[in-house]
Amino acid sequence: MLEISNLSKTYPGGDEALKGVSTTISGNEIVAMIGPSGAGKSTFVRCINRLTEPTSGTVTLDDIDITSLSKKELRTARRDIGMVFQEYNLIERLTVMENVLSGRLGYVSNLAAFRRKFPEDDVRQARQTLDRVGLLKHESDRVDELSGGQRQRVGIARAILQNPKIILADEPTSSLDPETSGNVLNLLTEIAVDEDIPVLINIHELDLALEYADRLIGLNSGEVVFRGPPSDFDESVEGTIYRGEEPGRVTDPNGQDTDTTTQVSTNIEK
Amino acid sequence: MTNSENNSVQPDGGTYSGVWSPPSIYYNKYTKWVIYSLIILFSIWSILDLQISLDRFITGLGAGSQLLSEMLPPAATSRQVDLIISGVIESFAMANVSTVVGILISIPVAFMASENLAPKPIYSFGRGVISISRAFHELVIAIIAVVALGFGPLAGVVALVFNTVGFYAKLLAEEIEDMDEGQVEAVRAAGASPTQVLIYGVIPQVIPRIVGLSVYRWDINIRKSTIVGIVGAGGIGITLLNAFNRYDYDFGITILLVIVAIVMIGESVSAFVRGRVS
Repeated sequence: MLEISNLSKTYPGGDEALKGVSTTISGNEIVAMIGPSGAGKSTFVRCINRLTEPTSGTVTLDDIDITSLSKKELRTARRDIGMVFQEYNLIERLTVMENVLSGRLGYVSNLAAFRRKFPEDDVRQARQTLDRVGLLKHESDRVDELSGGQRQRVGIARAILQNPKIILADEPTSSLDPETSGNVLNLLTEIAVDEDIPVLINIHELDLALEYADRLIGLNSGEVVFRGPPSDFDESVEGTIYRGEEPGRVTDPNGQDTDTTTQVSTNIEK
Repeated sequence: MTNSENNSVQPDGGTYSGVWSPPSIYYNKYTKWVIYSLIILFSIWSILDLQISLDRFITGLGAGSQLLSEMLPPAATSRQVDLIISGVIESFAMANVSTVVGILISIPVAFMASENLAPKPIYSFGRGVISISRAFHELVIAIIAVVALGFGPLAGVVALVFNTVGFYAKLLAEEIEDMDEGQVEAVRAAGASPTQVLIYGVIPQVIPRIVGLSVYRWDINIRKSTIVGIVGAGGIGITLLNAFNRYDYDFGITILLVIVAIVMIGESVSAFVRGRVS
């Protein structure tokens, strides 16, 4: 169970990206973090495994306070947090297999990493995972030969190989076409169920968030402005999240309608 | 006609000016002419100062044609051929040793000199090593090494290694600074140690550059190993100097042709390998 309490981040320039965000993520739920560009979604996800150091607040994963760990302890804690990136962040010049096995780096020695000598169990699990994401026959291909969708599936396989307690996905579909985006989210949803772990997705495609998430967190200017299941999401909520409007202030239904459509389509285009 | 008329009328009724000149790095055209005049005057002064007169130049040409006639045809006695062979082998060996040793020193220095990897003090140290290495010509280092270590190839190897570090570490550090941080971040996010981050996240990104630079530097070192001998630091250079000192010009030109040949071989091997890598 991931508990985040009062997480804040102020960048050195004085930009307050997060202003005391709290939430709890558990079970095998899919939580989608939505909000306009610059709302702090990425900062939030990156503060969880401290790729970005939060300014204040705590992140607790299964009773371990991640925010207070030393560098070495943090490395151990990071093994339990899988991460999927917008630009895939695969090691471009290495093979699919080497990339997937990099999810096990936290468990092997430096020498083993240098020699690419991973335990047989890891290799077996890597093959099984690759088969599951449909890339087993690409195991020896260099990842720079793959398509965007295939790369993201390698990225997901790498995260699964960590046997994590949670998967963080930072804009996993932003670099993909709509159909591939759907496949990637399907895969993440299946994994949540099969591995019985929660997935926190930070996403700006509203339609995808509504379709796949069990729960939404709406962020605007670093503050949570909405929490609830997709069924609670309506135009007034959308106004609150995306345009910072006070809840229930929708006065002109026609004007609002047009606005909403534009907003949604802009989000998809991005 | 209509088109240009339409274009020349501004919305508020005025007309657009048709005069345009490209932007200049000078403040105005007077500055420009002052600077050009200074450059010409400086060149004239330099020539006068060195006392290069037309007469002097013509005398020089005469001596040059005399030298050329004594050089041709190239010739070498069998003892001289032996000298060339042993000199070339020594130069080649010096180039190989100094490339390998130079790279082994350069790679850690390059990591230290990468702003995105090294903490500030280590970064400054790495950059300092590179600057010192780049400040001296290899012949300067070779002269010092000959005095410190005595005549022979050891001094030459030291000079070439010293010179290799500045070149190789600088270019590799620039490549490391240009790498994709995302790939490194992903490895870090999986819980990898700093060493593993280097092994898995950084080195795969720069390995083609490491190979390319190594072959390139090997080819440069072959060229330089033929020259450091002139100050007594081993290799074919000393044979060349002796030939000229003894007015053995036909032997001298033979050595020069051999040097051209090995440098060309080195360059083509290097070009071929670098082509394959990229």
